[in-house]
Amino acid sequence: MMVPRVAGAGRRSVLLLGALLAAFVAAPFFVNDYLLTVLILSLYFAYIGQAWNIMMGFAGQLSLGHAIYIGLAAYVAATLFTRLGIDPWIGFAAAIPVAAACGAVIGFLAFRFGVAGVYFAILTIAFAEFARIGFDNWNLVNASSGLFLPVTQYAHNDVWRLRGDPTMFYYVILAATAVAFVLCHLLLRSRIGYCWLAIREDEEAARAAGIDTFRYKMYAVTISAAVTSFAGVFYAFFYNNLFPEQVFGISRSIEIILGPIIGGVGTLFGPILGAFVLTGLAETLNFVISASGLDLPGATQVFYGVCLLVVMAALPDGVWPPLARRLGVSGDVK
Amino acid sequence: MTLLKLDSVSKRFRGLVAVDQVSFAVPQGAIFAVIGPNGAGKTTLFNMIAGAMAPDAGAIVFAGEAIHGLAADAVCRRGIARTFQLVRPFPALTVEDNVLIGALLHRHEVGAARVHAHALLARLDLLDKRQRIAATLTLPDRKRLEVARALATEPRLLLLDEVMAGLRPTETDRMVAILRALNRDSGLTILLIEHVMRAVMALASRVLVLDHGVAIAQGPPEEVVRDPTVVQSYLGAEAD
Amino acid sequence: MPLDVYLNVAVGGVLTGLVYGLMALGLSVIFGVVRVVNFAHGEMMTIAMFIAVVAFSAFHIDPLILLVPSAAVLFVFGYSLQAALINPFITRPEHAQFLLLLAVAIIISNALLIVFGPDARSVQTAYALASFQLGPLIIDASKLYAAAAAVVFTAALFAFFRFTLVGTAIRACADNYTGAQVVGLDVKRLYALTFGLGAACVGAAGTMLTLVVDTTPLVGPSYTLLAFVIVITGGLGSLPGALLGGVLIGLTEALAGLTFTPSLKSMFAFAVLVLVLLFRPQGLLGRRSA
Repeated sequence: MMVPRVAGAGRRSVLLLGALLAAFVAAPFFVNDYLLTVLILSLYFAYIGQAWNIMMGFAGQLSLGHAIYIGLAAYVAATLFTRLGIDPWIGFAAAIPVAAACGAVIGFLAFRFGVAGVYFAILTIAFAEFARIGFDNWNLVNASSGLFLPVTQYAHNDVWRLRGDPTMFYYVILAATAVAFVLCHLLLRSRIGYCWLAIREDEEAARAAGIDTFRYKMYAVTISAAVTSFAGVFYAFFYNNLFPEQVFGISRSIEIILGPIIGGVGTLFGPILGAFVLTGLAETLNFVISASGLDLPGATQVFYGVCLLVVMAALPDGVWPPLARRLGVSGDVK
Repeated sequence: MTLLKLDSVSKRFRGLVAVDQVSFAVPQGAIFAVIGPNGAGKTTLFNMIAGAMAPDAGAIVFAGEAIHGLAADAVCRRGIARTFQLVRPFPALTVEDNVLIGALLHRHEVGAARVHAHALLARLDLLDKRQRIAATLTLPDRKRLEVARALATEPRLLLLDEVMAGLRPTETDRMVAILRALNRDSGLTILLIEHVMRAVMALASRVLVLDHGVAIAQGPPEEVVRDPTVVQSYLGAEAD
Repeated sequence: MPLDVYLNVAVGGVLTGLVYGLMALGLSVIFGVVRVVNFAHGEMMTIAMFIAVVAFSAFHIDPLILLVPSAAVLFVFGYSLQAALINPFITRPEHAQFLLLLAVAIIISNALLIVFGPDARSVQTAYALASFQLGPLIIDASKLYAAAAAVVFTAALFAFFRFTLVGTAIRACADNYTGAQVVGLDVKRLYALTFGLGAACVGAAGTMLTLVVDTTPLVGPSYTLLAFVIVITGGLGSLPGALLGGVLIGLTEALAGLTFTPSLKSMFAFAVLVLVLLFRPQGLLGRRSA
C-alpha cells in the first residue's frame, strides 16, 4: 500500500494546491453553520492524519494508539487553563514535550527490544488504554466525570485564548493543516525523510546503508507525537469537555488512521483527501439515518468498517494515487 | 597492508556449526573471492563481517579496529558496504532515491547527495533509468542498483554477495568490467562471494574456499582450482 | 485484609485465567499457522457471548450446554472469514491483513450494537451465586464450571493436533508453508480450517465467560487486547504459553482488582506486558529467535 515517490513538483500541483487553499479560505462565507462544523471536523481529521502519516506513511511504523498524544495534550492544556488560567498556546507549548516524551518512551520500549510490526501496533494500543484507565481514575483531572472548560460568551474572537465562534476555530484548524502539510513536505524532502523512507521500505537494507534505524524511528515517533499534540489542544478548546473514554478510546485511535488509509498512506495529500471523503460520507449517512427517523448508534462505525474493507480490497494504495494520475499531478505532490 | 582480518571466526545455529574457525586477511586494494558449495557458510561469514549477526567466537578487525559485534549501520559507517544475495533495493523508491539514501551517509545536504548519486548512476549505466521505480527494474539492473547504493556510502571495502548470480554471460562481463574499473580507478577493496567461476577467475587476486564452514584452501585462483581437495569437494561436484 | 480473602480471589483469578487462556489459545493457533494477527479476536468472542446470552434469556439454555454448538457456529464463521476474505490477502503485507481484520472487528462490534443496543446483559443461572467450600477456600461454582469446560476444550484441541491426520497436516503447514504445498496439502483449506479452529476456541471461551462477566457489544476491543497481552506474555506461537499467560493475567487482574480498584485491573495486565517486553521479549515460554 506504499506509494512510490515521484520527483518533480509540476506547476499543475502548485496551481491545484493554490486553488484548493483559496477555496478553503473562502468557504466560511458560503456555507451554513452545520457545513462549517463538518469542515472543521474534516480538517481536524486531516491534521491528525498527516501527523500519523509521518510515522506510518513515512517511517513505516504502524501506530494504533495515537489517541494517547491527543488525550495527553488535551488534558495538559485544559488542566493548565482551568486550574491556573494559562492560555492555550502556552498550554500547547507545554503539551508538545509531554506528547513527545510519551512517544519517545513507547518508541524506546519497542525499538530497543525489537517489538516490530503489528506487535508494535499492539503496544501502542496498550499504552493508550493504559492512559485511558489511568485518567479515568485520576481525580486531579476529574477522573471519569470529565473535565469541563468554562464557556463564556465573548464579544469578539480571541485567537490567543482560543475563545470564539466556529469560524475562528475553522481558520485555526485550517492554518494548522496547512502548516502540517508544509512541514510534511519539507520533512519528506530532507535527509530525515529519506532515511524514514529507507526504513519503511526495508529496515535491514537501510541499516546496511549506514542508517541508524533506531535513531530515525525515534525521530519519527517523537515528531509525530509532537505534531499530533496540537490536535489535542484544539479538541479541548473546541469541544470544551474532556472524558477519558472519549479522547483515549481505541475507537478514537482507529478513526485517526482511516483518513490516511483511505486517502493514501505515505502520500502528502492522501490524509487530507481521505479525511474529507470519510467525514463527508459519514455525515451524509448520519443525515440520511436521522432524516428517516431511525436511531442506529453504531451505523457510522459500521460504515467506517465497510469503507476500510472496500479500500483495502480495491484500492490498496488509497484513493489519492489513482486520482492524482488522472489529474496529471504527482501522486506525492512534492 | 591488511584492510580486513578474520581470526578464528565461528558461528553456530542451534548446535550446527555454520562457520568454523575461519581466518583470512584481505589486503588493501585486493579483490578477494570466497567460493564454496551451497550451505558452506559463505553468507553467514558475510553477515558477520557486515554486522548483520555477531560471531560466537573469533575476531574481525577492519582497518585496525575490532568490528565484530557492531551493528550493521555502525559497520557501514566505518567503511564496509554490502549487497544482498537476494537483491534488496528499496522497492517503491526511484533508482535515484535509492542511491541518494546511500550517499546521505557522508553528505548532509540532500542536493549534494543527489549529485553524488548521479555520478554513481552514470558509472553503473543507470543514469537514464534514474526516475524509474526500483521494483520495476530487471534483475541485472537491480543488481547494479544495489552496487551503486553500496558504493554511495563511500566504502573502503565492498562486500558483494553473489552479485553475478542469475545474470547472462554478457551481463556478467559488464559487471566484471565495472568492478574491475572501480578497483583500478579508486583502489576499492572488494570481497565477493561468487558461484560464477568465470567471474572469479577474471576478477579475484586471491580465493578462499569454504566447505561445511571450514576454510579448506586459500591462494591465487589458478592454484586453488588445481588443489585436489577443492576439486573433489566443490569444483568436481559442480562440474557438468 | 486476611490472607484467605487473597487466596480466594487468587483462585478465582486462576479459574478466569484458564478461560482467558483458551481465548488466547485461539489467537495463538491462528497466528502460528496462518501467520495472520487476528485483530477481530475479541469481537468474534462477543458474537459467542451474545449467542449464549440470547439463548439463555430466550430459551433458558445453560451456557455449559451451548459450549459445543456455540464453538461450532464460530468455527463456521472463522472458516468462512478466512476462505472468503483473508485468503485473498495472504500475500499482502502484514499490516494490510491487520487492517483488514480491524475492519472486520469494527463491523462486528457495531453491528452487534445496532442489533442488541448498548445495555449490559448477563446470564443468571441457578448456580450463579453458589459456591464450593474447600477447607478455607470458597470457590465460585460459575468460575469452576467455566474453567473446567475451558480445560476440557483445550485438552480436546491438543489431542486434535497431536492425534488426527488433519491436525498433523496443520502442524506441517505451520512449520513449512512451501513444503506443505509441495507435498500436496491444500494450504488454503487448511488455513480456513485453522482459522475456524481458532474461532471455535474463542467461541467456547466467550460462551463460558458469560457465566462470569456481563456482555455488551463493545467489550470486543478490550478482549482483543487482553488476548494479545496474554499471547505476547506467554510467548508467541507457544500453545502452553498461551495457557500460562492466561492464568498469569487472570491472577494479576484479580489481585490488582482486590488490592486497588477493579477499574484499574487491566492497567496491571498492561504493566505485565511491558515488563515481559523489557525483560523477556520472546515471552515466558517462547523460543528466542536466532
